[in-house]
Amino acid sequence: MSDEHRVSTDFELARSQDDVAQAPLEGGVPPSPSMTFASRVSGVSGILAPVLTTILAFLVGGLVIALTGKNPIKVYHAIWLGTGLNWFFEVGSYSARIPFTTAHMWFPWNTSSIAAQNLQQTLLLTTPIILTGLAVAFPFRCGLFNIGGQGQYLVGTIFAVWVGSSFVDLNPFLHVMLVLVVATFAGALYAGIAGILKATVGAHEVITTIMLNWIAVWVGAYLFGQGGPLQGSQPSIPISNDIADGAKLPVFWGLKLLQGLSIGIFIAIAMLVVYWIVINRTSLGYEVRAVGFNPEAARYSGISVARNYFLAMAIAGAFAGLGGALDITGWKYNIGESDIHASTIGFIGLAAALLGRNTALGVGLASLLFAALFNGTSGRQLDPSIFPPDLAGNLTTIIQGLVILFVGLNLGGLWLWLKRRRTAS
Amino acid sequence: MTAVSARFSDVRLSAPRTVGIVGIVLGCLAFWAALPPLAARTEALPIAVGILAIAAGIWAWSRDERRVGGGAIAAGFLGIVLGVVAMQSSVTNLDQVVVWSALGAATLRYATPLTYAAIGGLYCERAGVINVALEGMLLTGAYFGIFGAIESHPWAGKWAWVIGILCAAAAGMAMATIHAIWAIHFKVDQIISGTAINFLAVGITGYLFINRYGDTGTPGNVPDYGIPDVHLAFLQNWYFIGPIFGQLNLMIWLSFLLLIGTYIFVFRTPYGLRLRSVGEHPRAADTVGISVYKIRYIAVIASGAIAALGGAYLSLGFVHSFNENMTAGTGFIGLAALVFGKWRPFPTYAAALLFGFSSALADRLPIAYGNQWGTLFQALPYLLTLVAVAGVIGRSIGPAAAGRPYVKQ
Repeated sequence: MSDEHRVSTDFELARSQDDVAQAPLEGGVPPSPSMTFASRVSGVSGILAPVLTTILAFLVGGLVIALTGKNPIKVYHAIWLGTGLNWFFEVGSYSARIPFTTAHMWFPWNTSSIAAQNLQQTLLLTTPIILTGLAVAFPFRCGLFNIGGQGQYLVGTIFAVWVGSSFVDLNPFLHVMLVLVVATFAGALYAGIAGILKATVGAHEVITTIMLNWIAVWVGAYLFGQGGPLQGSQPSIPISNDIADGAKLPVFWGLKLLQGLSIGIFIAIAMLVVYWIVINRTSLGYEVRAVGFNPEAARYSGISVARNYFLAMAIAGAFAGLGGALDITGWKYNIGESDIHASTIGFIGLAAALLGRNTALGVGLASLLFAALFNGTSGRQLDPSIFPPDLAGNLTTIIQGLVILFVGLNLGGLWLWLKRRRTAS
Repeated sequence: MTAVSARFSDVRLSAPRTVGIVGIVLGCLAFWAALPPLAARTEALPIAVGILAIAAGIWAWSRDERRVGGGAIAAGFLGIVLGVVAMQSSVTNLDQVVVWSALGAATLRYATPLTYAAIGGLYCERAGVINVALEGMLLTGAYFGIFGAIESHPWAGKWAWVIGILCAAAAGMAMATIHAIWAIHFKVDQIISGTAINFLAVGITGYLFINRYGDTGTPGNVPDYGIPDVHLAFLQNWYFIGPIFGQLNLMIWLSFLLLIGTYIFVFRTPYGLRLRSVGEHPRAADTVGISVYKIRYIAVIASGAIAALGGAYLSLGFVHSFNENMTAGTGFIGLAALVFGKWRPFPTYAAALLFGFSSALADRLPIAYGNQWGTLFQALPYLLTLVAVAGVIGRSIGPAAAGRPYVKQ
């Protein structure tokens, strides 16, 4: 657990030699010596492993459905329709309104069909998952496992509601920017606690972020609960006030009242790009990756490991906090005490980051997958006569668990290895 | 590393250590004085006693008794703050909330699932496998415990709880086996496999619960065949002790046995020494012929069974029903207690009692003060653990090899 044991030479050396000796899994190239956590998990490159992982998880999920006496293909089809992803396959000749204008233009997809509305929901859910996914992915590259995305996301939502429902007379653009910036900083500071503890006293980030998660949950429940300081104007309902209209993000697709798609999704995608640039094209990203690969070697080459631990956590918190703010300003507009307890966005992000192998594109696609799955199985989308939504919600959690379970398994490597053995014999 | 030698030193009482412990007691007294039955109304009293506690703490700290000294300083500060806060409210309100015998009994009830989870985690982590899946194992035990009892009730009658406990233990062991295979054999990162177990537990128990009892919830007659309370008639009239220990659930008594048994097993038997050596330096253990894999498998699976027993107590002995995700962080508080107690049985149990007390207080505060303060109190265990790992009151360092898979050569 403690830092000074992270790299104990004989132990790790023995491990790495052994790995090289027993594991020519992919195409004759031995995996690099697994020195750290980050490199240990991201062994086989490419898209094969995540795809196999997903397929396997869905197959097991189908088995669970079948055991309940339902037809898995029918159920998965109903979920698919609920995700709205079928929208892309319904090509025709339609007229669409150009966002933020009254002008119309020809468009190959119907922008106001049921599928379109479902897709808007899926993309609304994708937004925070991308950001909580990045909150896991960034420190992961630094060798840290940030399990606290949920807490950082909650802190972001709390501050977004607080700032969004104060300063009512502010200029709308300034107000929404203020909300996003404050929530981002709040998330960064919150995760920074874990970062600073890791950097100074070597407190294990998994323990500290788990603790911070629950502190955020209970403080949030206190703030928005019955009699709490941020409870809304209705005295018996433990829900905050709506944020001011000026603090809401513009909706560019669909109707604001029906939870149309806000421009938050573009901010999330922009953050994916920012993540890619920071990790791959800046000295900060280089240092972060160096520390993640081998903290001892990084220290010898003059990189401050402590500083990078702190920065990696703070940046992670910034992503998650922004995710919370986008959720509030994009479509939720308020939080209730029960939302605080029920929310699992941070943990879905964790699964998305692991499935996406902590790459920008991977996190984006995995976030879309999980958002579609969660939206498709929600009570709002799934036809109860085909599959009860409360069962489906648990099925989603099972699939999520299976994905995390299998993702560590290096299925791609295993598959290649089996294939090679079969051709050899 | 230090754990092996430290267990002897923590029995010996040196002067700074004694003074530090006295400081901690004084800090508690500062708060206690403001509460019934004493209910002192002069703010000078807790402040004076608290300052004494802080002074004792500083002295112990300066004599290198950092953990105890730091604890005394923290206790002094907390005693002053809480004592002064308590004085702000009326004696009638305090009388309603602070009923020591009721608080004591509630503390034990809340601490018991934490104890099972933490002791389960102790076996696992002492063997070098991090277990963040305690929450999931607890939840699995909670569902399968009540499931086994309900389903066996028609033929097992009032003994159905025995079947329930067996079911819970088996289910917890099944979950733990996945964790063990992934962590030990596949060498997957233990935190990832633990997280996966937590999700699987929520999903599987929720799915089965909705599928089986979704319409009506678990039946209302569970108390008839739940885990029984132990009535000690002769204790009934003893002052203070009677109301607390006179009618405790069987599982609470078993948790005392488990605690003592764990201490003896882990720290006083050769098997315990092997367990700890595997967690501290697996290569050395391997060299002297101890099977690292075997011991880790046994430890992880045992931890699943023990944590699941805590879950069974929760559903079958305490609340007598099951709900989706009913543990809601209890397993993580158990993990917190383990970290707070530095991976040692008695300090861990003390932490579980402290966290149980804060839950009990959170439960009773709304009687006089409204919900919101009770809610805030729920965060206290996590906050204290955060402070503990931050090293303010002595750093918590786990077994040296925890979290790292072992590769045999």
